[in-house]
Amino acid sequence: MTALLELKHVAKKYNTGTMALSDVNFSVSKGEFVSIIGPSGAGKSTLIRCINRLIDASGGEVRLDGVNVLNLNKRALQQTRVKIGMIFQHYNLVERLSVIDNVLHGRLGYKNVITGSLGIYTSDEKKQAIEILHSLGLEEQVYKRCDQLSGGQKQRVGIARALIQEPKLLLCDEPIASLDPNASKVIMDHLRSICSRLGITVLVNLHQVDVAMKYSDTIIGMRKGSVVYNGSAQGMKAETIFDIYGSEASDLGIEIGVTHAS
Amino acid sequence: MQASYFLKKRLSTALFIIILLAITAGAVILTGFDFMAGFASIPKAAEWGITQFYPTAESLDKLPDILDKLLETIMLSIASTTIAGGAAVILAVLGSKTMQVHVIFSVICRGIASVFRNIDVSAWSLILLFSFGQHVLTGFFALFFVSFGFLTRAFTETIDEVSSHAVEALKAAGAGYFTIVFRSVIPSAIPRKLSWVLFMMETNIRSATLVGILTGTGIGFSFDLYYKSFNYHAASLVVICIVATILAIEFVSNTIRRMIL
Ligand SMILES: Nc1ncnc2c1ncn2[C@@H]1O[C@H](COP(=O)(O)OP(=O)(O)OP(=O)(O)O)[C@@H](O)[C@H]1O
Ligand SMILES: [Mg+2]
Repeated sequence: MTALLELKHVAKKYNTGTMALSDVNFSVSKGEFVSIIGPSGAGKSTLIRCINRLIDASGGEVRLDGVNVLNLNKRALQQTRVKIGMIFQHYNLVERLSVIDNVLHGRLGYKNVITGSLGIYTSDEKKQAIEILHSLGLEEQVYKRCDQLSGGQKQRVGIARALIQEPKLLLCDEPIASLDPNASKVIMDHLRSICSRLGITVLVNLHQVDVAMKYSDTIIGMRKGSVVYNGSAQGMKAETIFDIYGSEASDLGIEIGVTHAS
Repeated sequence: MQASYFLKKRLSTALFIIILLAITAGAVILTGFDFMAGFASIPKAAEWGITQFYPTAESLDKLPDILDKLLETIMLSIASTTIAGGAAVILAVLGSKTMQVHVIFSVICRGIASVFRNIDVSAWSLILLFSFGQHVLTGFFALFFVSFGFLTRAFTETIDEVSSHAVEALKAAGAGYFTIVFRSVIPSAIPRKLSWVLFMMETNIRSATLVGILTGTGIGFSFDLYYKSFNYHAASLVVICIVATILAIEFVSNTIRRMIL
């Protein structure tokens, strides 16, 4: 399989002196579902934001389709960002606007200054937005204001906004951290099917190890800014959990795949 | 442990009150303010107000004149506030952390806002009197400058509070600067911004009266004129009109605020 995304020696040092990432290397194949797990402060959010340069890495290379994202100028960066959808823990919607308005925001990367500022969308784009909302089970909410939705519904609006970008890669920063187990399952099922059916590569930050193992092809374990595990979900062992979290898997209430004892 | 926590809290409250009393006492001694004389003059002031400071049928003749001036003052306040609001939006976007173009630029924007805000409206009037003389423009610019400074500050905070999440999402989607401003920053912050503008408008109608006394325009000028010519009945009518207007404006702006928020 060809690598869609490749990180080489990526490092990030914040102005405060915190070394959030040091020498991060991995590559993600096309159509892969990858989860990044690790304790709070491990650098997961920093890492995911270095990929679309919401945060500028201090060193290394981030290659998307072979092009180093870190060298792009402003215009080229915007064109690259169009190909990368992003989903946030707090949904990051304009809460006062309607669901469809928020979904169409995903098209703004394709617009010039005038059509973008005025929010002029083609009828195809509007049709597409409604189709995507249907596929996510939000047909009843299309014209509702976002502040009237539940967390799970808001996150689905967030997914719709990312999908309408027609991205190659979907970055998700703790998409289910603010949701109850039922809503979490709905969101994760949608993300999995986006990956399998649409062939979009998905990279998810997660706090729930069991969820990561259930849904992912590959798991990347991080600790203190470094990758300490990079392998299949089945390959996770009790020691792996210990390496990542610094506590025994059983203490964390995690059951390790098929090999779990007793 | 718990007991000592609450005791500590109570002690610090007591200390705070003692310090406050000490400062008050110090100020009274320093300025030579006589409490007794101060209180003694209240009944006398009330007596004067009741016997002299009330409108008569005769002073009602002046009502059309007064309303005319009042309207001028209200219009002046509304014009200066709305124009200041428009200018403040631009500076606030550039000065906000969320949309800053460069840190230095952001600091400059905040500095400008701070200077305009911290010079009082009466000080601005006196300064501007030199340039424009006793003219409506003096009042207009005095109110404009203060509103501009205040609203820039308020808008900057609103933008950073309300819009930063959605801005991040649009940046990630590859949207350009102006697209982000018009599709995300302004729509998400607009109810709060309008609320601030309404608040500023109320404040400005109050200040405009004072500014009018200094610049010889509007309702402030009417009051000054009647008062200095010992026409207390007409002057009291002016005061009643101002109070009624302020109450009405407050009512209207509260209604609008309830509708938009
Ligand atoms: N803007 C910032 N300025 C300075 N330091 C930061 C900043 N953002 C994050 N950090 C630091 O960088 C490190 C990594 O943070 P990051 O948010 O990437 O961790 P995380 O793995 O996403 O944690 P969580 O699971 O709690 O979201 C932390 O030590 C954090 O304190
Ligand atoms: Mg995080």
